[in-house]
Amino acid sequence: MFYGTDLKNRLLLGTAQYPSPEILRAAIAASGTEVITVSLRREGAGGSAFRDILKDSGCRILPNTAGCHTAREAVTTAQMAREVFGTNWIKLEVIGHADTLQPDPFALVEAARSLCTDGFDVFPYTTEDLILGEKLIEAGCRVLMPWGAPIGSGQGLRNIDGLRSMRAHFRDVPLVIDAGIGAPSQAAKAMEMGFDAVLLNTAVAKALDPVAMAHAFSDAVAAGKRAHDAGLMPRRDMAEASTPIFGMAELLA
Amino acid sequence: MRIDLNGQTRETSATTLAELIAQENFEAPSVASAVDGQFVPRDARAEFHLEAGMKVELLSPMQGG
Repeated sequence: MFYGTDLKNRLLLGTAQYPSPEILRAAIAASGTEVITVSLRREGAGGSAFRDILKDSGCRILPNTAGCHTAREAVTTAQMAREVFGTNWIKLEVIGHADTLQPDPFALVEAARSLCTDGFDVFPYTTEDLILGEKLIEAGCRVLMPWGAPIGSGQGLRNIDGLRSMRAHFRDVPLVIDAGIGAPSQAAKAMEMGFDAVLLNTAVAKALDPVAMAHAFSDAVAAGKRAHDAGLMPRRDMAEASTPIFGMAELLA
Repeated sequence: MRIDLNGQTRETSATTLAELIAQENFEAPSVASAVDGQFVPRDARAEFHLEAGMKVELLSPMQGG
């Protein structure tokens, strides 16, 4: 599914902004996630404790290029991440604007092409734009990660019709909703629509009880996937009685 | 000579990147290095000669979304 790796749990979890390392550790466990995202930064306090959490989690590591605004910065960051984390996986973010954290589509494709050529398994953080998606596939990406809403906004799936078109257009490409999810119902909705996974961070980390929220998201993602696999009933404009009319008594006097 | 290490000016006697990493007490296996925006692989550090004014970044695994 993701560059030859199949995931049972379709929730991918970010590791930033938790109230404490202990809560991060417990939230990862409660979510049941198999993939966690991380970054590379100048080391602050608690660096080695964080490395222990990563190791103990048993999760696959998906390093990101968060904060990069140019293709060159993103490529250098990816090369550094590959060495430190020992993985070809890279969540490619090339940010176009500091306020919206919207991807810069031109730099994104440029960086994706360079990294795919260099043997990386690229997970590009993108929009629901179909042509941009095509260009990323042409560049060598085998996964696309469209945003639900701006990073950290908790707005959910802001362009449901656009995302539905994307799902239909890229029938055989694994698609992950990355960013903007605020509530488990939104994650369930994404899975019901046929997306392959959901990646989120803030909605869990900033909950009053992050561990309980990690559990809630895990349940929602699993329920949404099961619902999609089961085949949702078609929507109707009018009511249709579910109880049969046949055999009904005449009770009008 | 003076170099820039993780955004701070440093006076150093190190002549290679590997020496700098050792002198500044970084754990060599758990940092990734870049100089002037270019990735320098771990096994190239000993051969990488520093020059005054170079910008060195030594980065570690940190929390991310």
